[in-house]
Amino acid sequence: MKKTVFLGALTVAGLAAGLVSAGTLDDVKARGKLNCGVTTGVPGFAEPDANGVWQGFDVAVCRAVAAAVLGDNMAVEFVPTTGKTRFTALASGEIDLLARNTTWTMSRDVDLKFEFVGVNYYDGQGFMVPASLGVSSAAELDGATVCIQTGTTTELNLADFFRANGISYEPVPIETGSEAAQLFLAGSCDVYTTDRSALAAQRANFPNPDDYVVLPDVVSKEPLGPLVRHGDNDWGDIARWTLNALITAEELGVTSDNIAEMSAGTNNPEINRLLGSEGTLGEMLGLDAEWAKRAIMSGGNYGEVFESNIGAATNIGLARGLNAQWKDGGLIYSPPFR
Amino acid sequence: MSSTTQTGASKFSLSMLINDTRYRSTTFQVIALIGLIFAIGYLVSNLLSNLADAGLNISWRFFGETAGYDINQMPIEYNNQMSHGRASLVGAVNTLIVAFLACVSATILGVIAGVLRLSNNWVVSKLMAIYVEAFRNVPVLVWILIIFLVMSNILPQPREFRGDAAASSMWFDMVAFTNRGVYIPRLILEDLGWVVYAAFGLSIIGVFVFRRYARNLLFNTGRLIPTFLPSIAILILPTVLVYFALGSPIGLENPALKGFNFKGGLHLRLSLIALWFALAIYTGAFIAENVRAGIQAISHGQTEAAAALGMRPGRIMSLIILPQALRVIVPPLISQYLNITKNSSLAIAVGYMDITGTLGGITLNQTGRAIECILVLMLFYLVISLSISAIMNVYNNAMKLKER
Repeated sequence: MKKTVFLGALTVAGLAAGLVSAGTLDDVKARGKLNCGVTTGVPGFAEPDANGVWQGFDVAVCRAVAAAVLGDNMAVEFVPTTGKTRFTALASGEIDLLARNTTWTMSRDVDLKFEFVGVNYYDGQGFMVPASLGVSSAAELDGATVCIQTGTTTELNLADFFRANGISYEPVPIETGSEAAQLFLAGSCDVYTTDRSALAAQRANFPNPDDYVVLPDVVSKEPLGPLVRHGDNDWGDIARWTLNALITAEELGVTSDNIAEMSAGTNNPEINRLLGSEGTLGEMLGLDAEWAKRAIMSGGNYGEVFESNIGAATNIGLARGLNAQWKDGGLIYSPPFR
Repeated sequence: MSSTTQTGASKFSLSMLINDTRYRSTTFQVIALIGLIFAIGYLVSNLLSNLADAGLNISWRFFGETAGYDINQMPIEYNNQMSHGRASLVGAVNTLIVAFLACVSATILGVIAGVLRLSNNWVVSKLMAIYVEAFRNVPVLVWILIIFLVMSNILPQPREFRGDAAASSMWFDMVAFTNRGVYIPRLILEDLGWVVYAAFGLSIIGVFVFRRYARNLLFNTGRLIPTFLPSIAILILPTVLVYFALGSPIGLENPALKGFNFKGGLHLRLSLIALWFALAIYTGAFIAENVRAGIQAISHGQTEAAAALGMRPGRIMSLIILPQALRVIVPPLISQYLNITKNSSLAIAVGYMDITGTLGGITLNQTGRAIECILVLMLFYLVISLSISAIMNVYNNAMKLKER
């Protein structure tokens, strides 16, 4: 037994030497690729297009970070994760960044030892029912069969909502969103519940979207955002400020169209600091001066990313709502670049 | 000369550990054992140190914390305010339910298919061959999904039962087949209902006693009395008499359409049915082959000898062939039962809340305690598998050839 302990100690010493490795930033640079965890496919948020290129609102965050760090927004290795595998993938270092409509909760932040770098979509859990059911509020759903995607905060919110209203339901837990949608279409469940953005996205793909309605009830707060592991704050800062750069760009009116001319220098000092023609903000992050410029050019500012992937003009058709800039009455707000 | 060698041999020296054949094998086994201990110690310490470095500390406290999620099939009392431990227990019971149902039906299906595959009737034997080959050569997960999707898409929705000119109707107003599962009547126990159950239990014991009596009578006096009809009479008559004598103390609760779903009765969920049927028909195909192998292992001379004594084919099968074939059938049958139990973890594909769905699914996700959950999950399946093995081995020992 003593020998075992001794050998174990030797092993620990050996491994410790290997583990004191470079930070995530250096790893990513050495690899030349950013490993980014995304969903297995939610239209508008993360889904490969006809050419197999990942597109979407969450994907844009990965691409912006890759552009800021590596100078190439295509240098991303997308790792599809399920609600179940995502945290293990991040904790084990398989991915550097998780951008997979993940709800920021206290226990995930504190107990699971992750760091949410911000919120890129303020969502809430909602319900979708067939229009023929004639239901106008979730409180009328007593006794209904509800399809839920398992492994999410959704099932806890659902249990809380029905308990608070003193009504019963029959949960049908399903592994992926597409399977749940299939069961819902077949009528195996009366109600399909998940985040309202995902409901809208899936409804857009149904054969007859008008036969289904998303109920007005919002039963939870679901701030969705990208997250990184605890333990590498420098890397967390890069992800956080890349997201903030996209948001600030929209606030300051920097778009992918005018960014080339603005980066030459403007008379707004904050734009100059953001785009690197003034100050040393990039250097502080361990990047070059044009990091934010590249991140914004990757897919446009926050508003552009929103409109091109999930906005009113797309078939997902989400309104900005809570996700408008703070100046327009929304919650999207970035700390200043100073 | 010989005496000196003997005294030399009785003296022990270290080199004898390698050179002497009497000790050599022990020496190597001890070395191998020490090597194994080191290897395991290395792996465990490696795991623990890496976990500590990754900031993942092992903690079991989550088992006592509130689960917060609901489970649809609750064989034991549960609500979302109970602990993760309780939720795991519900899942464990659900695993046992589906494993038991599937084991029983797979055995029945397998024995019938195995015997019929040896039938002299060409059509029957070929049909059974098709069954075996079709079902054991397609992965069981695919069968689970096929049954689930076919049932959810073909069977009517509960709301189609509504109204006077409903598109669907219940069978005898008692059974409803919907795409959310099958609703069947449930027994409702009234005051003295337990007496009826007790009478039924005693009747079952009575049947065994009667059959033993009949067999002893046959062995001792050579007199063959009919057993089949009397057994059925013993099984049913007392229970029916008690039932009416006590004024029908057991009622039926029929399912009825209320709101979105049927209420009342027993709800066999689609996920349970899909999992149960898929496991039963898939494993039944393997058991059929075991049964066929067992029967074919019995020399044909036994059949001919029994026929020469004037026995009928049914009796030859049940009295001569099957008892001997069981010795060949039971050992592989044990591993089929273990397969059913382990394959029941595929429940997650159709949302059946077995222990993989509760402890290894939602609890794991909500608490993020992956290592702890998976360890307990492994331990559970290990204990269940070893228990099944132990029980079946007892049966196998009772069945196997006793040499006198």
